[in-house]
Amino acid sequence: MTVDDEMEIMGQRLNRKIRALFGRSLSIREVDAGSCNACEVEVNALANPVYDMERFGIHIVASPRHADMLLVTGPVTRNMELALLKTANATPEPKLVVAMGSCACNGGIFGETYASGGGVDRFMPVDVYIPGCPPRPQAVIFGLMVAVDKLEQKIKKSEVKV
Amino acid sequence: MPEELIETIKKEFRNLILDGTVSNNETYLTVKKDAAVRICDYLHHTLDFPLISIFATDDRAKDGCFKIHYVFSCKGDVFIIIKIKVEETTPRFATLTHKIPAANWYEREIQDMFGLAPVGHPDPRRLIHFEDWAAGLYPLRKDFDIRTKPDRVKGEYTYRKVEGEGVYEIPVGPVHAGVIEPGHFRFSVAGEPILNLEIRHFYTHKGVEKLFESVSLDKAVFLAERISGDNSAAHAVAFCQAVEKIAGIDIPPRAKYIRTILLELERMYNHMGDIAGIATDVAYPFGAAHANYLKERVMQLNEKVTGSRFLRGMNAIGGVRRDIGDKKDMILKELDLMQKDFKELMELLFNSPSVADRIETTGRITGEIAKGLHVVGPAGRASGIDSDVRRDHPYAAYSELTFKVPVLKTGDVNARTRVRADEVYESMALIRQALSDLPHGEIRTELKTIHDGCALGYSEAPRGETLYWVNISNNRIERCKVRDPSFCNWLSIEYAVLDNIVPDFPIINKSLSLSYSGNDM
Ligand code: SF4
Repeated sequence: MTVDDEMEIMGQRLNRKIRALFGRSLSIREVDAGSCNACEVEVNALANPVYDMERFGIHIVASPRHADMLLVTGPVTRNMELALLKTANATPEPKLVVAMGSCACNGGIFGETYASGGGVDRFMPVDVYIPGCPPRPQAVIFGLMVAVDKLEQKIKKSEVKV
Repeated sequence: MPEELIETIKKEFRNLILDGTVSNNETYLTVKKDAAVRICDYLHHTLDFPLISIFATDDRAKDGCFKIHYVFSCKGDVFIIIKIKVEETTPRFATLTHKIPAANWYEREIQDMFGLAPVGHPDPRRLIHFEDWAAGLYPLRKDFDIRTKPDRVKGEYTYRKVEGEGVYEIPVGPVHAGVIEPGHFRFSVAGEPILNLEIRHFYTHKGVEKLFESVSLDKAVFLAERISGDNSAAHAVAFCQAVEKIAGIDIPPRAKYIRTILLELERMYNHMGDIAGIATDVAYPFGAAHANYLKERVMQLNEKVTGSRFLRGMNAIGGVRRDIGDKKDMILKELDLMQKDFKELMELLFNSPSVADRIETTGRITGEIAKGLHVVGPAGRASGIDSDVRRDHPYAAYSELTFKVPVLKTGDVNARTRVRADEVYESMALIRQALSDLPHGEIRTELKTIHDGCALGYSEAPRGETLYWVNISNNRIERCKVRDPSFCNWLSIEYAVLDNIVPDFPIINKSLSLSYSGNDM
């Protein structure tokens, strides 16, 4: 199996899951919390005709108010912290938070300094971590699949409570 | 030529120059503190040398003072660095901004990071630190611990105000609608035309220059690759060259050629991505999809050749880590296919009246503005600035290869798009030449010892001139000044948008292809 085949298989599986869970596309708001921009390049690559993530039911939205998921990149700089928190607050619950890339996972090469906060989970609960610097487009799809699984569990749990 | 030049300068300012040293193609002149503005003005306006960086160093432990360096790029592959001493007890220096607008942000950066104030600066607001940063804390001073987490204080940031009947403001960002980096734009508009734009950046400031001072030389290459992610190779090469210059090592010819190939692959995928972005923003989705597809193909080629879609991990101090000679046929075949596709696409793009309508005369930057702000790279060349580090200060294998440097005059989105398209063909030709002339032999020279010293390293990144100044002391990085091309180019957008309509802002922005992370660091 090639990487491309795997992308297809995972994408189709993800698509089925998203349909079953949402009955529509999964809406993602991407937040760059201080990335080096390579993580953004890979998110954008997912929209190119080779990967074309929209066909898997993955949709990037312009506002956090329309989002099911925040996809966060970068080590959360001191100067982006507030904007990230505001964006998270504007996202309706139940939401998913995905930390994409080594920086968002734990600060990565920038670590924890006067300027770098050292990873998204220092500031809000993270549901899924996608490692890589940057993660390849396939890895992002894989991470999204894990995230959707998690959301399914979250919903089930809340239903039990009700 | 360099000797003559130095003599001319010395003659002109005989009593003002305290000391002069030459190393490689860099001449350092220490001058009297109050003479810096006069001398810089002379270098810039009389001799026509662009000011390419200003940076400070904290030499209090060694020399009991701070120093400020003004770097000029001169003809004949020479750099002149004017140095002044600034005492801690009088932490001020005279501003150069009213003579050379390009000095603006450097001086404010020095103020924020070193606590040295540019006296008479037209806009002495903070640049890098936000209003919640306490006064008196300067991260690049040696006595500032990188792990400090200062409390947030109360403060306010004032934007320029444009007033008048019917004038209103549109604030945008830092979190944008698309998948792009964060930054704040504040437009003052009357109807659709933009009267004023103020940009506010440094949201992604990660303390990179301070971080350099605490990592090993090998790890520093990885850090350089992560300053502006899509310009990884250009940053890594510039950094490595600075260190190699200090160490006095000449990297193997084969490594020089391999570096050249990497740098041109990087230019190709970046330019294709920029063209795709412009096509998206003028609502030409077919062109956007196709250009994005071509970009993806280059990135996949990058991965096949180097193991990284971003060409990371290839450059190392002393050369490159992996030989790519066995990939020659594959690269050549891909280049042929891509060139055919790219050519067809460019013909369609530039012959489409709806595209022409949106990009011609849009977002003009005059040659005068471009020169004053030292706009670099394709953006500068589209405004008539005939400069390219590959030709003017050759590095890697560029002096042995032939290529053209496309220069246009109109300074609009159209010119910037065309310069990039032309450069893609040049990159393809350069890769073919480098592959056919690829010398045999080693790919890396081992760095055994490195003595103390400082040097400039530079490269022509896809976005333009990228500059490093590295100072090594006791095998450690004492100071690493990084100047990404976007640091020069960002201010030009405030001029480019004037009298344009708000809906054209995204196209203008895209055509300038500015890196936030490279700028903010
Ligand atoms: S994880 Fe790597 S690619 Fe992503 S933002 Fe951090 S340094 Fe850049």
